[in-house]
Amino acid sequence: MAYNDASNPLPLPATVKLLVAGGFGVGKTTFIGSVSEIEPLTTEEIITEASVGIDSLDGVAGKTTTTVAFDFGRITLNPGLILYLFGTPGQDRFWFMWDELSTGALGAVVLADTRRLESCFGAVDFFESRGIKFVVAVNEFDGAFRYEPEEIRAALDLKPHVPIIMCDARAPRSATEVLISLIQHLLETSMTSSPR
Amino acid sequence: MSFRGDEAWLDGDAGRLVRPYAVTNGRTSAPLQLDLLSMVVATGTGSYGSLEPDHMQALGLCLRPASVAEIAARLRLPAVVTKVLISDLVDCGAARTASPQSSSDTSDQVLLERLLDGLQRRL
Repeated sequence: MAYNDASNPLPLPATVKLLVAGGFGVGKTTFIGSVSEIEPLTTEEIITEASVGIDSLDGVAGKTTTTVAFDFGRITLNPGLILYLFGTPGQDRFWFMWDELSTGALGAVVLADTRRLESCFGAVDFFESRGIKFVVAVNEFDGAFRYEPEEIRAALDLKPHVPIIMCDARAPRSATEVLISLIQHLLETSMTSSPR
Repeated sequence: MSFRGDEAWLDGDAGRLVRPYAVTNGRTSAPLQLDLLSMVVATGTGSYGSLEPDHMQALGLCLRPASVAEIAARLRLPAVVTKVLISDLVDCGAARTASPQSSSDTSDQVLLERLLDGLQRRL
């Protein structure tokens, strides 16, 4: 096998991380599964956080550990480039504390459910504050009321440049189009911010 | 060698039979700086003398390049424990790793174009 040639090792594939965020039950794992070449995998990480409660005693190290589980999928775009999609733990409010998940992410998809838009406020706030670029993909659930993108922009208080895309997270083509919109958004904003 | 990656030491409903940190002798941090997306591949060489069954399973999962996250998921171990195992594999020369290559640089237009091209081909 070529990889075994230790004297002249082949470069390992470059990896790119995108995040898929949104409230619990919005379809993050469905979205990841419809574009991933592998069944979505689940792994967990144990994070330590400083406790910020009012009951912490002086002199006592106020640290607790939390286990966060996340799903992810993989898309091999070519032998040298692999895209990983990481779903943020939607049930767990502590994922914001977990730097490793968001550090190094190229961008994010915020999945929204029009029946409970408020469930993605946290993700929108988080990405805005971290300067992580994102698009909002509205997962059009059967039976949910259809809104115009601008109504959703107003409801989420999104800046004018943030793309809003309607999608069906179950459909590979639709989910792939969301990822394409995200990359196009990253390209457009990179060109305006750093003209060559 | 007769190790296979998909034969995790598991008991159906009960899950792993060994506590996660027993695998690493209680070590919780890897000396090697590894990210969830660091890629790992077996070198096919190295001295396996000090390796435990969990190491061999991890090694079996990276015969082709695999990310730390994938290896952790397939071992059903927390990522932090998996990183310790991989670090051991690198120490004994059985595996090598590469960090994600400046993949968070959103101003890397060449990378973005490659991503766009690759995704559009999938439509």
